[in-house]
Amino acid sequence: MARNIFSINQSMFKRDWWKYLSGVLLLYAILGGFIIKIPDTMIGETIRNLFFHVGMWFGMFTMLITGFIFSLRYLHKFDENEDIVAVEAVNVGLMFGFLGIFTGMIWANFTWGAPWVKDPKLNGAAVGLFIYLAYMILRGSIDDVHKRAKVGAVYNIFAFILWIVFVLILPKLSGESIHPGKESTPILPVHLDPALRFVFYPAMVGWILLGFWIMNIRVRMRKIKLKIDN
Amino acid sequence: MLGKEIQILVGKEIRLELKQKYVINGILLYLLSTIFVTYLAFENAITPETWNSLFWIILLFVAVNGISKSFIQENSARYLYYYTIVSPQAVVLSKIIYNLFLMAILSMLSFGFFVLLMGNLVINIPLFLFALFLGSLGLSSILTMVAAIASRASHNFSLMAILSFPIVLPLLATLMKISRTALSTMDWSGTNGFLAILLTINIAVVLLAYLLFPYLWKD
Repeated sequence: MARNIFSINQSMFKRDWWKYLSGVLLLYAILGGFIIKIPDTMIGETIRNLFFHVGMWFGMFTMLITGFIFSLRYLHKFDENEDIVAVEAVNVGLMFGFLGIFTGMIWANFTWGAPWVKDPKLNGAAVGLFIYLAYMILRGSIDDVHKRAKVGAVYNIFAFILWIVFVLILPKLSGESIHPGKESTPILPVHLDPALRFVFYPAMVGWILLGFWIMNIRVRMRKIKLKIDN
Repeated sequence: MLGKEIQILVGKEIRLELKQKYVINGILLYLLSTIFVTYLAFENAITPETWNSLFWIILLFVAVNGISKSFIQENSARYLYYYTIVSPQAVVLSKIIYNLFLMAILSMLSFGFFVLLMGNLVINIPLFLFALFLGSLGLSSILTMVAAIASRASHNFSLMAILSFPIVLPLLATLMKISRTALSTMDWSGTNGFLAILLTINIAVVLLAYLLFPYLWKD
């Protein structure tokens, strides 16, 4: 029986609603982000990058926290599936990290006149990439599956906590960042114009959900690959 | 129980080091020649800023070199033997304590050699020495843990460096901030927050090593 691809199976919708939500929110963010009237700021139209660049940071952070949690769970249960989630979460986090640095460079080039400036926030993002690229190399240099999962989990937990100190605590203390989002908590920009908030918050939720979606697909791919290999 | 085990294991580390003197002598020579090379290279360019940066970078490289051997020299048969007689916590804490001794000596030596060659630019010596001690503790605990991780991976020479450099940064950045103050003023007041962070990092890392090492040593 031919199935209409537009008819959504009820149980599938129950399981996958957040994927549709992510698509809708991001569509809204992209359309809204380019259409809405923006407040008059010094940086002009580039303020629209807010919906994309900041989303990359939110996505990276959420993914790395997910990786951290699943590494903890791996050490608790020694279930290989937990390790697969941990490593794929880090992979997606790295992707967000690179995109965040890329979108940030475009923005920085306009507002500060150079693609890279010496700033605690930028350094924190770069150090995060170094840490997790090293994590991938560490995993690559261990052949035994269980040993790789265990050593990887230990490094992930150890490195994540030190990275948190570097990105969340140190910049507050040194207080010399020119990057926005300093006076408030790093998560919620309090001084955001109300007009922008209508697009900003849905966009952030959309990006985070998109991260989980990509992670979900990659985890399933890896599990199938594992099954084929065995 | 744990205290006794640690005491014996630290004693073992020291005896082992004294038995193979070429290892510690190698690190000492590495330290001296690195400082001498930088002294020649930076002959006319030593300001308090460069003095500070060079000092901590050299100390970082010395620490990575000195500590990376911590677990590699233990072969798997000896691991198995430890496994039957001591707890993993005792192993990692004894390594951290031993490396702290090592780092304290090495950092004092590099400070002395720096002063000898490039002159003493430190104004607030008590603050600097305090930072040096906390820095030795932090470097020894972070690098001991990374050495344990790297020793589980096969044949990768650069692994120790790429794993440790990014995660040592919060410690190193804090240390450089404190010692920059020590190089410019007698006043301690600006550094309280950084000293608190330094202590927090040290406690957190030792705690993490205590909790995580047992997962590393079982195959």
